Amino acid sequence: MDPKPATYPAAPLIEPGHTFGSITDKISAVVLSGRQPISWFVVLSIGLLLCGMLGMAITWLLIKGTGIWGINIPVGWGFAIINFVWWIGIGHAGTLISAILLLLKQGWRTSINRFAEAMTIFAVMCAGLFPLIHTGRPWLAAYWLFPYPNTMSIWPQFRSPLIWDVFAVSTYFTVSLLFWYVGLIPDLATLRDKAKHRGLRIAYGMLSLGWRGSARHWQRYEHIYLLLAGLSTPLVLSVHTVVSFDFAIGIVPGWHATIFPPYFVAGAIYAGFAMVLTLAIPLRKIYGLEDFITMRHLENMAKVTLLTGLIVAYGYMSEAFFGFYSANKYEGFMIWNRMTGPYWPYYWTLVFCNILTPQWLWIKRVRTSPLPLFMVAMVVNCGMWLERFVIVITSLHRDFLPSSWGMYYPTMWDWMTFVGTLGLFITLFFLFIRALPMISIFEMRSMAPEARMPGGKGH
Amino acid sequence: MSTAPIYGLMAEFDTPAALVAAAKRVYAAGYRKIDTFSPFPVEEAWEAIGHRDRRMSFIVLMGGLVGGLGGYGLEYWVHTMAYPINVAGKPLNSWPQFIPVTFEMTILIAALSAVIGMIVLNGLPMPYHPVFNVPRFEHASRDKFFLLIESNDPKFDRQRTLEFLKGLDASEINEVAP
Repeated sequence: MDPKPATYPAAPLIEPGHTFGSITDKISAVVLSGRQPISWFVVLSIGLLLCGMLGMAITWLLIKGTGIWGINIPVGWGFAIINFVWWIGIGHAGTLISAILLLLKQGWRTSINRFAEAMTIFAVMCAGLFPLIHTGRPWLAAYWLFPYPNTMSIWPQFRSPLIWDVFAVSTYFTVSLLFWYVGLIPDLATLRDKAKHRGLRIAYGMLSLGWRGSARHWQRYEHIYLLLAGLSTPLVLSVHTVVSFDFAIGIVPGWHATIFPPYFVAGAIYAGFAMVLTLAIPLRKIYGLEDFITMRHLENMAKVTLLTGLIVAYGYMSEAFFGFYSANKYEGFMIWNRMTGPYWPYYWTLVFCNILTPQWLWIKRVRTSPLPLFMVAMVVNCGMWLERFVIVITSLHRDFLPSSWGMYYPTMWDWMTFVGTLGLFITLFFLFIRALPMISIFEMRSMAPEARMPGGKGH
Repeated sequence: MSTAPIYGLMAEFDTPAALVAAAKRVYAAGYRKIDTFSPFPVEEAWEAIGHRDRRMSFIVLMGGLVGGLGGYGLEYWVHTMAYPINVAGKPLNSWPQFIPVTFEMTILIAALSAVIGMIVLNGLPMPYHPVFNVPRFEHASRDKFFLLIESNDPKFDRQRTLEFLKGLDASEINEVAP
């Protein structure tokens, strides 16, 4: 055997020939040139239409109450929790890219962290909508959810996973927003200095807080950026852990399992990377950003997707195994009912989407071809939604007593709310692309060849 | 050359390496009221001007402690004093179930103090600053590197400092209006 390990030349993270100036101009032009491709208008219009539908569905919900949804006993948790878990999971990839890959010194995160963080924030907003409206009476949520001294002298139940969830998700949203904004400050200063229009200069100037790139400022900035990454890392792992507690703390067969926290976290990162790929592949094409979001980025993301997909597959297998091995007839029945009961097509489609499809990613040609990669990512997006459907619905609809069994059918209003949040996400994301640089300009500058210090540590 | 008071003298460089080399010489010459400006963080630059502020670690640690103790304290007070409810015979202070909120509050307050601390210690927001009076300074957020010696530095002398900066390979030197 050859004693030396083989080395393969890595594809570049940034195509050759770029300078500080060309990087700045290319990324900021998307915002400042005032021209957007036709596809931007088309997609934003679709997003706004769907937002209108979401508004209609929520209005009707507030007028009539949750009776317009398909939920009833025994399935009291329907689309609201399925969509909540799906959206919040998608957010996790953004934090993973921005925080965990920063701590692991993965230089390739630089071109994708900004829009992945934006994706996180918008996904958490879509997720947060569901707990807010799921009672149909959101104005009462204030004293149900938040500990504040109210005239009834009642307080939330801190032993409940649902309250943990409130704290986890609101902290996650706040910290993600802070992290994103801190990363944006130097780029907002760039936009301020490059903008021609006076109003724009003032707007970006205010948002940049008067940032001037002083070394003293940079030192504190870099210090807290690292600290924020260190704080976000346990935070992101805790968020989906707490989400899984919503299920695992209960005694319902199929929910009460110790595998849930790691299995949920892996599923979240899996779904999130699929969504980052879904967004990155069209964006780099439409805006001609292939120089910055290179094949190496796509391939690395595909590898993370494959890895987390395998962990998720392990989770499914242990769920099935424990169902039979527990010798608990309710657990055993639950998994048998999942596979062969009335919802069997959902379960097997889920296995197809989440276990079989990502196996294509073993092949390098698939990992480095945008179109097949995009298709795999889309299938995974659907599969992860189905996973939450299967966990929520099939566990609830036939639990301990056959006399209390029932079926769950989502109504038109359920679908309108879900598809409406897709529209909300698209709208927010496309407005973000229009108004803010979708790639971190200052971090890309530090990746340029001219940034290298003689004998320096590099960044 | 006019005699109106100035805020300082600013030299411009094309690469971070040139900036750091110049900053080291300026520091060695005894100037202390100096600063560098770059379009991305250059670790060697703040080392060259002798700046390292370690207060942020302490601020974030304090924020985390306040958040954690505050979070647990709230739960303890609510469940043992303000609104005690017996759930499944668990003790009123059922601490394992109080951990998730304690943890989240630790992270939340630590992160808030990190960001607010950074902004306050940096003296931001500051919409006006004399360095923006230099027209070339808009390149500080794009592709150029700047070194500033403030006029209130005890060693500052308009003529001699200018001569000194000219010997530093700067591509351009500007006076900064106050």
